Amino acid sequence: MIFFGIYMLVSLIGLGTGLYFILEKIFPGADPMLKLSELLIYWLFFELFVRYFMQKLPVLDVKPLLLLPIKKSTITHYVLGKSIFSIYNFFALFIFIPFGIVLMMHGYPMPLVLFWFLSILGLVLMVNFINFIINKSDKALIGLVLVMGTVRAVEYFDLMPISKYAGDVFYTLYENPLLAVIPLLFAVIGYSVNYRFLRNRIFLDASLKKKNKEVVSSDMGWTKRFGSIAPFLRLDLKLIWRNKRTKMQVFISLAMVLYGLIFYTMDDFGPQSPMLVFVGIFMTGIFLMNFGQFIPAWDSAYYSMMMSQNIPLRKYLESKAGLISVSVVVMFLLSVPYVYFGWEALAINFSTALYNLGVNIPVILFFGSMNKKRIDLARSAVGNMQGTGAAQFLVGIPLFGAPMLIYMALVFFVSFNVAMIVLSVLGIIGFVLRKPLLDKITNVYRKKKYGMIAGFKEKES
Amino acid sequence: MISVQNITKKYGTQVVLNLSNLEIPKGQSFGLVGNNGAGKTTFFSLLLDLIRPTTGYIINNGIQVDVSEDWKPFTSSFIDETFLIGYLTPEEYFYFIGELRGQNRADIDALLANFADFFHGEILGQKKYLRDLSKGNQKKAGIVASFIGNPEVIILDEPFANLDPSTQIRLKAIIKDLAEQQEVTVLVSSHDLIHVTEACERIVVLNKGEIVKDIQTSTETLRELENFFAG
Repeated sequence: MIFFGIYMLVSLIGLGTGLYFILEKIFPGADPMLKLSELLIYWLFFELFVRYFMQKLPVLDVKPLLLLPIKKSTITHYVLGKSIFSIYNFFALFIFIPFGIVLMMHGYPMPLVLFWFLSILGLVLMVNFINFIINKSDKALIGLVLVMGTVRAVEYFDLMPISKYAGDVFYTLYENPLLAVIPLLFAVIGYSVNYRFLRNRIFLDASLKKKNKEVVSSDMGWTKRFGSIAPFLRLDLKLIWRNKRTKMQVFISLAMVLYGLIFYTMDDFGPQSPMLVFVGIFMTGIFLMNFGQFIPAWDSAYYSMMMSQNIPLRKYLESKAGLISVSVVVMFLLSVPYVYFGWEALAINFSTALYNLGVNIPVILFFGSMNKKRIDLARSAVGNMQGTGAAQFLVGIPLFGAPMLIYMALVFFVSFNVAMIVLSVLGIIGFVLRKPLLDKITNVYRKKKYGMIAGFKEKES
Repeated sequence: MISVQNITKKYGTQVVLNLSNLEIPKGQSFGLVGNNGAGKTTFFSLLLDLIRPTTGYIINNGIQVDVSEDWKPFTSSFIDETFLIGYLTPEEYFYFIGELRGQNRADIDALLANFADFFHGEILGQKKYLRDLSKGNQKKAGIVASFIGNPEVIILDEPFANLDPSTQIRLKAIIKDLAEQQEVTVLVSSHDLIHVTEACERIVVLNKGEIVKDIQTSTETLRELENFFAG
């Protein structure tokens, strides 16, 4: 995940640096700064939207402080003040600071740009505090979505050029440096509203209490058709859906189907480049990797129960394999539109999906037997590296390296078509041999059982 | 039912458990007491094959536990809250355990109906995840889950801790009933001498991994134990 963080950072800075030129290209002749001002309102909505789901005020952290001789007002200021340094506030800055630097290099007056930074800072903090206010109700979300939808619709049907008006407002902020006071003032107001709300609620039974949402329980009768693995499948689905980190991975996996666009739109890669095999394995196998690499650590919290319960380990693994297989098929279906870039794209994604199904699923389950690090499901998803060990890095070699090497060798010595067929056939062979392979893997898990139980018991990671 | 042969468990050079011979007949309610570090949980973990014995072995109903897994269908246990699946509701958890032990929903519902007063209306139908229940209620759920599927051996580690007084009294009656009426072998460890002497017909005292007392419970037992632990 640390790599993911750095990747995000670099992407944002890259976007910030390139933004000026992108705007110049899309809107030739227009002032990029004016265009950015028009888009800013969408950015702020977007940020609010993301924050609504991801960012919570860390009020629970103050529980231990309540018993100490510290004034409640100090505690409130501490919580709110701390939120100013939240990572979410830096996202915008990582885009707009490089953008501002590019502006200055293009002759925009430095004092104006610097004061414009202040305005942006004020707006970001304002969004930060608005989020904490609206976060408390679902109705606010509906309202937010409605407002966003209306703005977009009004814009789309040419009823009123809202983003133009908003753009004028934001551009005025840029032209008149002293007006930077206004967004900053809004941020201060947001802060004080939050302060007043929170100060009166620092009690264990009020805002500091964890909110227990009513559980919507479903017996998932449709899983019955899977026979003896059904109970485990149900457990896995609940595991994924009811825990933040696993749920995040589903969304990340679905979003990653767009990853190929980066490579397919670049002219540097021909339609038969080995890089596209990497992309194929990655896109169809993203869930396989994200979820599979932490099997069986997902169940680490209750692993000793699983091992003393009347559980056939084989069925347990079969259910995991089944779940991952479904994800590979879904990801392949989502990747079908890549056929737009030529039939080779479809062929690559299809053969890599088969390869993932037949070969990489057993491989990742086998590597799972090396997992000894506990995963605490209750912990949050962002930047959570729990359970990551050497095995997680080693597993990348066979997952990606093997198919790419096979592909490169065959394309070089024979042809693209043969390479595709060989990858597919390997996948089919693996699929046919799944039963004996799973038997072997089950034995490995059995042998490593004591080590896993002991490892999963250790809380610190 | 359970036969322990020369079992030892060492971590490095430290011996944490050393039992030369221990026989627990079928249908006995067996209490295990001892201070922290006496080896109670180690013994239970060995019984459940969660840790590997350094020497010796345990036979459960004719099956050597570290060789075959066939003891699992008739043995159930609740050691601590890590035996619960936090993201399930109590009902889902009971049904899941039921499925593992070949019980359908109706069987489980019938069993749970017997424990209505044990649950005190705080477990079923709450629409809460197990991880959001209080410690005491989690314990209740785990204990009842260990009764699912008509096990012949039930292992409970510290079942009385964290329970409210009414439930402690009910649990004592349940343990007695299981052993006397249903021929279930119940193994219980406890720090509470009063409860364990009332619930169990046999008490074994562990100290630093060794058996120091093996008593058939009588009216004198509580005093005997108190004298031992006071000294």
